[in-house]
Amino acid sequence: MIPARTATATKVIRTVVTTALAILVIVVLWEGYKWMGQQTGGNWPGTGIELPVSTDDIIMPHAADIAAELVSDIRDGRSTLPLSVFLLKKAWFTLQEAAIGFFLGSAIGIGLAVLMLRWRVAERGLLPWINVSQTVPLIALAPIIVTWGRNQGMPDIVSISLISTYLTFFPVAVSALRGLQSPDSAHVELMRSYAAPWRTTLFKLRLPAARPYLFPAFKIAATLSVVGAIVGEISIGTKTGLGRAILEFALRYAVWPERLYASVIGAAALGLFVFGMISMAERLVLRRTDEVVA
Amino acid sequence: MKRQWTTRVVGLVVAMTLVAAACGSDDAAVGTGDCDSVDQVSLQLQWVTQAQFAGYFAAVDQGIYDKYCLDVTVREGGVDIVPQQQLASGAADFAVSWVPKALVSREEGMDIVNVAQVFQRSGTLQVSWADSGINEPADLAGKVVGNWGWGNEFELLAGSRKVGLDPSSDYTLVQQSFDMLALLTGEIDASQAMIYNEYAQVLEATNPATGALYTADDLSVINWNDVGTAMLQDAIWADGARLANDEGYADVTKRFVAGSLEGWAYCRDNSASCVDIVLANGSALGASHQAWQMNEINGLIWPSPDGVGMMDKGQWDQTIGVSTSESILASAPDSGAYTTEYAEAALDIMSGRGMDTTGRNWRPSTVKLNPGGE
Repeated sequence: MIPARTATATKVIRTVVTTALAILVIVVLWEGYKWMGQQTGGNWPGTGIELPVSTDDIIMPHAADIAAELVSDIRDGRSTLPLSVFLLKKAWFTLQEAAIGFFLGSAIGIGLAVLMLRWRVAERGLLPWINVSQTVPLIALAPIIVTWGRNQGMPDIVSISLISTYLTFFPVAVSALRGLQSPDSAHVELMRSYAAPWRTTLFKLRLPAARPYLFPAFKIAATLSVVGAIVGEISIGTKTGLGRAILEFALRYAVWPERLYASVIGAAALGLFVFGMISMAERLVLRRTDEVVA
Repeated sequence: MKRQWTTRVVGLVVAMTLVAAACGSDDAAVGTGDCDSVDQVSLQLQWVTQAQFAGYFAAVDQGIYDKYCLDVTVREGGVDIVPQQQLASGAADFAVSWVPKALVSREEGMDIVNVAQVFQRSGTLQVSWADSGINEPADLAGKVVGNWGWGNEFELLAGSRKVGLDPSSDYTLVQQSFDMLALLTGEIDASQAMIYNEYAQVLEATNPATGALYTADDLSVINWNDVGTAMLQDAIWADGARLANDEGYADVTKRFVAGSLEGWAYCRDNSASCVDIVLANGSALGASHQAWQMNEINGLIWPSPDGVGMMDKGQWDQTIGVSTSESILASAPDSGAYTTEYAEAALDIMSGRGMDTTGRNWRPSTVKLNPGGE
């Protein structure tokens, strides 16, 4: 038997190695494709058929140039700092919006699920609208939310968080409902035979049973909350945030493509970070369940 | 310890009361910083922080709005923000918008009024490579011509019709993005560009043939001001109903217009300082790009022969003419669409203090662009 600490260390090393390998594979594919395109003049080898993505330095800058951009200086207000630090600062702002969106959205999602569980008529009445809600394009929604928010005297960060909320509540509501409905009828009937009130059944049986359904939904919601915050920033305009940085770099893509790629990497990293946080929470919560079961 | 703390607080309160009493005066002269109260005001911009809006940022930064007893919040634009909509819905007190776009909103029923025509000229160009042979609108025949759409295409459409070109058949009209990629990669022959922004981006890009930056000599430019189809752009818009019914708002408008125009005068005389203010308010946009933009924006404002913020009737009529002939507007707007009342009041205040309100002697400077606009 391997001691626990060694097992953890092995796991960490394995994660680091696989991540590094994955990055390496992406870089090799990227540079390989670029090299091939430049050898053949932008065509598939041996044919006259054009490659789907142009391989010039604007569309596909060298991976090394993008990496170098992350450590080179950029202006932030009156001072300058490395782009990676700049992106971290912006990401911190976006993370706050996303966090509000995530927690608010999850609470609303679970609340709706409980409501639909309690009253069948609510499920029939609400579920179609919850689905419809996600077909409303954000481009239509953003001005409505921000105009309403400003008329209420709320800062724009609240409006952006609400856009993020709008994206996050959906997966949580749908999965939570399925999770709450997941216990066997035998278990539900057992609770009934104890004359357990509805609330007790909810907290002692249904919510614990919903956990394996909830965490995948939380993971989707967490990444969506980042997407929502970034889209919200671009859509209604803020002075800071990752979305704002992406917008600025996109406008100057033609003269500085490396920065746009770097900021996209920053956004992806933030998405991975929140995903990781939820995974950690999941491990903590579900491990406890296992112990109970054992 | 505790007593000392209490004493300090009491002392502070007394001091503040005295200061407030000294400041409070019933016959507060406008624009002197002698304020009975300060009004909270918000201004909605069309786009992110850049030198295009330097005058407003400078008026905040230099305490000019303070002098007019205003506490101004400048709101940046976003992709989905329509400034005149923010204004009409009450989410903003004032908005900066191009004249034709705002007039379309007005025709749709938004009660908004142009209270200061800040830009006297249009900044829109159609840019192509010098060797493309496109030097005037007639040369667009048979070419691939880019524009941004969304109401940005009318100067081009009217300009080509003026020389007998039918935009739907005599050239290929394509929608382009806001970067200059399509021109740089040769996808399109002529690209729409603002003289203060996208045009400079080309000059910040490296010419792969020479390894150096592109120069103005590499480019050929059609300027709609010369063609005669230019349309008025950045102006300050206010809420018409509030102007008519709310004396307080009308007074705030007077002070806001005066403070804003003074901000623009500051940027005319202190362009380096305004570039610095914009950089401090914005973030990642390059310093030389903003310096270029500041210089070009000053060129769109100055000289203002009738005084800064005044409506150039000829340009207004031209804008309306293009708008109606291009069917942007169903009919010419009524006379309430703009007023020079507030700009005139501002000019009185400014000239009363001996400030230059026309910029007759302003001359553009030469700005050196660095790679990537840094």
